Amino acid sequence: MNSKYEAVIGLEVHAQLLTETKLFCGCSTKFGNPPNTNVCPICLGHPGVLPVLNKKAVEYAVLMGLATNCRINEKSVFARKNYFYPDLPKGYQISQYDLPVCEAGHIDVDLSDGSTKRLGITRIHLEEDAGKSIHDQAFETLVDVNRCGVPLIEIVSEPDMRSAEEAYQYLSKIKQIVQYLSICDGNMEEGSLRCDANISVRLKGETKLGTKTEIKNMNSFKNVEKALNYEIERQIELIEDGGKVIQETLLWNADLNIASPMRGKEEAHDYRYFPEPDLMPVIVSNDWVKEISENLPELPEARKQRFTSEYKLPTYDADILTSSRDLADYYEEVAKVTADYKSASNWIMGDILKVVNETKTSIKDFSIKPVQLGKLINLINNNTISGKIAKDVFPFMLKEGKDPEVIVKEKNLVQITDSSAIESAIQKILNNNPNEVEQYLSGKEKVFGFLVGQVMRETKGKANPKAVNDILKESLEAKRK
Amino acid sequence: MLNYKNHQEKLEKIKSGEISLSENVKHFLKNIEANKKLNAFNFVFSEDALKDAELIETKIKSSSSCGKLAGMVIAIKDVLALKDKPLTCSSKILKDFVSLYNATAINKLKEQDAIIIGKTSCDEFAMGSSNENSAFGPVLNPVDPSRVPGGSSGGSAVAVASECCDAALGTDTGGSIRQPAAFCGVFGLKPTYGRVSRFGLTAFASSFDSIGPFTNNVEDASLILEVISGKDCLDSTSADIPVPDFQKLLDDVNLASGDYNGKPRIGIPKEYFGQGLNPEIRESIENLIGKLKTSGFEVKEISLPHTEYSIATYYILTTAEASSNLARYDGARYGYRSSESHNLKQMYTLSRSEGFGKEVKRRIMLGTYVLSAGYYDAYYKKAQKVRRLLKNDFDNAFSEVDLILTPTTPSTAFKIGEKSSDPLEMYLNDIYTTSANLAGIPGINIPIATSSEGLPIGLQLMANQFNETALLKMSYYIQKNLL
Ligand SMILES: [Zn+2]
Repeated sequence: MNSKYEAVIGLEVHAQLLTETKLFCGCSTKFGNPPNTNVCPICLGHPGVLPVLNKKAVEYAVLMGLATNCRINEKSVFARKNYFYPDLPKGYQISQYDLPVCEAGHIDVDLSDGSTKRLGITRIHLEEDAGKSIHDQAFETLVDVNRCGVPLIEIVSEPDMRSAEEAYQYLSKIKQIVQYLSICDGNMEEGSLRCDANISVRLKGETKLGTKTEIKNMNSFKNVEKALNYEIERQIELIEDGGKVIQETLLWNADLNIASPMRGKEEAHDYRYFPEPDLMPVIVSNDWVKEISENLPELPEARKQRFTSEYKLPTYDADILTSSRDLADYYEEVAKVTADYKSASNWIMGDILKVVNETKTSIKDFSIKPVQLGKLINLINNNTISGKIAKDVFPFMLKEGKDPEVIVKEKNLVQITDSSAIESAIQKILNNNPNEVEQYLSGKEKVFGFLVGQVMRETKGKANPKAVNDILKESLEAKRK
Repeated sequence: MLNYKNHQEKLEKIKSGEISLSENVKHFLKNIEANKKLNAFNFVFSEDALKDAELIETKIKSSSSCGKLAGMVIAIKDVLALKDKPLTCSSKILKDFVSLYNATAINKLKEQDAIIIGKTSCDEFAMGSSNENSAFGPVLNPVDPSRVPGGSSGGSAVAVASECCDAALGTDTGGSIRQPAAFCGVFGLKPTYGRVSRFGLTAFASSFDSIGPFTNNVEDASLILEVISGKDCLDSTSADIPVPDFQKLLDDVNLASGDYNGKPRIGIPKEYFGQGLNPEIRESIENLIGKLKTSGFEVKEISLPHTEYSIATYYILTTAEASSNLARYDGARYGYRSSESHNLKQMYTLSRSEGFGKEVKRRIMLGTYVLSAGYYDAYYKKAQKVRRLLKNDFDNAFSEVDLILTPTTPSTAFKIGEKSSDPLEMYLNDIYTTSANLAGIPGINIPIATSSEGLPIGLQLMANQFNETALLKMSYYIQKNLL
């Protein structure tokens, strides 16, 4: 970014709520069912139908509000947002307008320079999702109404972000929180988390806002960062060249890595909002908020703190391990089995996350269960196997899903700690390598490593490395005399 | 002529074998056929009705218990959803639409063994005061077929007035039950907003719409109200307030002998007797007020000072809600789609231009306008404030009186075509009825007299929210003693 300028970014994040049923009818919210099967006269907008509010969705919105330090409004009101589109059966979307369920919150995000920044949340409101228009035939548009009426929360930030990085961190944090709360699966690729951005740029020190543009259709985290950087650069270049930013909506094209203006129809809408007469105001009493807050799980920030104090982990480890609730849960399950907290952290951050990332599985479905990993660590620590053998056991656990002690037994990998067995192996190696022994005795102690390697090879790696070290050294020193 | 005076008597006569329910249904079907020129029905379900009659007659005669409405033959306005039957709202845009479900009120009628004989015509989407705005042609007044029956529930009023059924359901958004009841000379009851579930009632103006009965007597109106009322989990705006046994209350009370638990005080709002009120109607109402006074009722003049704003407020708010409620009829998923459309915008504009009638389009445009950016505050928001003031007027009035008595309409039934060129003139016909919808209170039309031309004259009683008991008791007293 040109250092004279700063960006001003606000995000609107839509999160699909993980309720069993839709926001205003009893239809299932299940993803991936055949088109137009999760439907009923209500979500199809037939004449005479009326919406009935799903209380669970309100609960989820309040949870999000509590987790992001919002004020929970005792009374909020649904409103109709009127516009015509084939995937909007009623010709209006039931949303919230001037009285949303949560307002005036914030979250803190950690930035790469080590600083922490507080970013404001203007409001969180409830609304129903629209259906999907599928334009995959030359002259026809097909409509799938399954998604129509699925509950969403829209989380609107203050224009507090000054760079694409801050926006990325904010979005990551929102995703982390909704996942921790189990109210949304946070999957941007499948559209259960969606993000639109408002962007403007201005000279540093300027207090007035520049003209903003809106970018839609950024359907991955990577695209959000790319699209924002693209648009920031575009606006700066435009201004530098003496041009003016036009207020417009842009669509991000992930294939071409460009944002292009959306054409006509969605622009300049007058949504004619008015209070939804078919629904009573939503009343969230103090008692209800109290009840909901009792279901509030430990949030990422607090859990991170606890990981550093309870498990004595470095901040770096705690940060990674608490990045998702499932991963943190996995870690804590391991920590129940072994007291070697740091090893547990190393194994997870290293070998396990590597496989998880490579195979794109979720930690929840990972084939090695936390108990098994804990046992593996314990096998090392009680000298049953060496750390090196453990690395060999790991792929078998991964593939066969068996307990580590079973694999160690089956493959005959139990460590040799019996010193006479080790001694005879050492004797054999010393006899077979007289030159190296000579070199060692003449002061070239570097060959010691070679000899250790030979012993380990002779014992197929099962010898306790410390014992090998000690006995070998003893045997060599004995030869000096 | 029917040989029973109300449903209770009909039921007894069926039990005793004096009346055959099947013959009774056939009699109604014959009348429907004979009155075809009145155009009251959009659809008649002869076969279903005859089959139901047989089943229900057996049920009534056997010792097993039968429903409260067993054998009552009811017509329903064609804005109410009846499963597997057309639901057209008298509009071309829904000409071939078939409902997938039953309205809650219809389910309740059926559970109590009522017989649904057909669906009645109305002004398109219940918008109108003359039943001239139907895609299936105007409905004629049985008293004088050159005149309108009133609207929007004109078909339901005509069906009852011309003896095509025992009762009918209509809907009332600004007088659509009471005004046609007055024009056709039958009882028409608009309950408190929220008393009857709106689930399955095709919305015109959601915060105004109420479902209610047309009947020949207060007893049947009470009975039907009792059946269709109550909290419905499918309608968030339905009220969780106990439903009294209205009919029993009527029987319990003998107003004439003075054992009414304190005689109701009756208020006469001066604003309802100004210029524009037909002198014959004024005379009939004053005559009845005189009788009430003679009978010892306390009658006093009251004021509802914001009355003059009711029509304007009503038309701003109802058209706003209607513009949104009718957006779903767009040709995309069901209903009429113009065959001339070749792209999305054309599909919308042509389907809606061709599918909706003139009055509906007028109201959609009005409603769209009052909700538009820049006009919302001046119209919609202001009208909401005035609505509250109107409601306050009634709250104040009901702290002084139990019932409010007014004419139902400023004129008797007018000629077909007389007002259709002047919408404002037409809207003014609702001048005495819209206030009850704005305030959400119940109102009833009682046919009290006929004009020198032989046209029915109606009296309107209004009561406070959820005080239908007082409304029905007083109506019953008037029906029994003063008519
Ligand atoms: Zn549904």
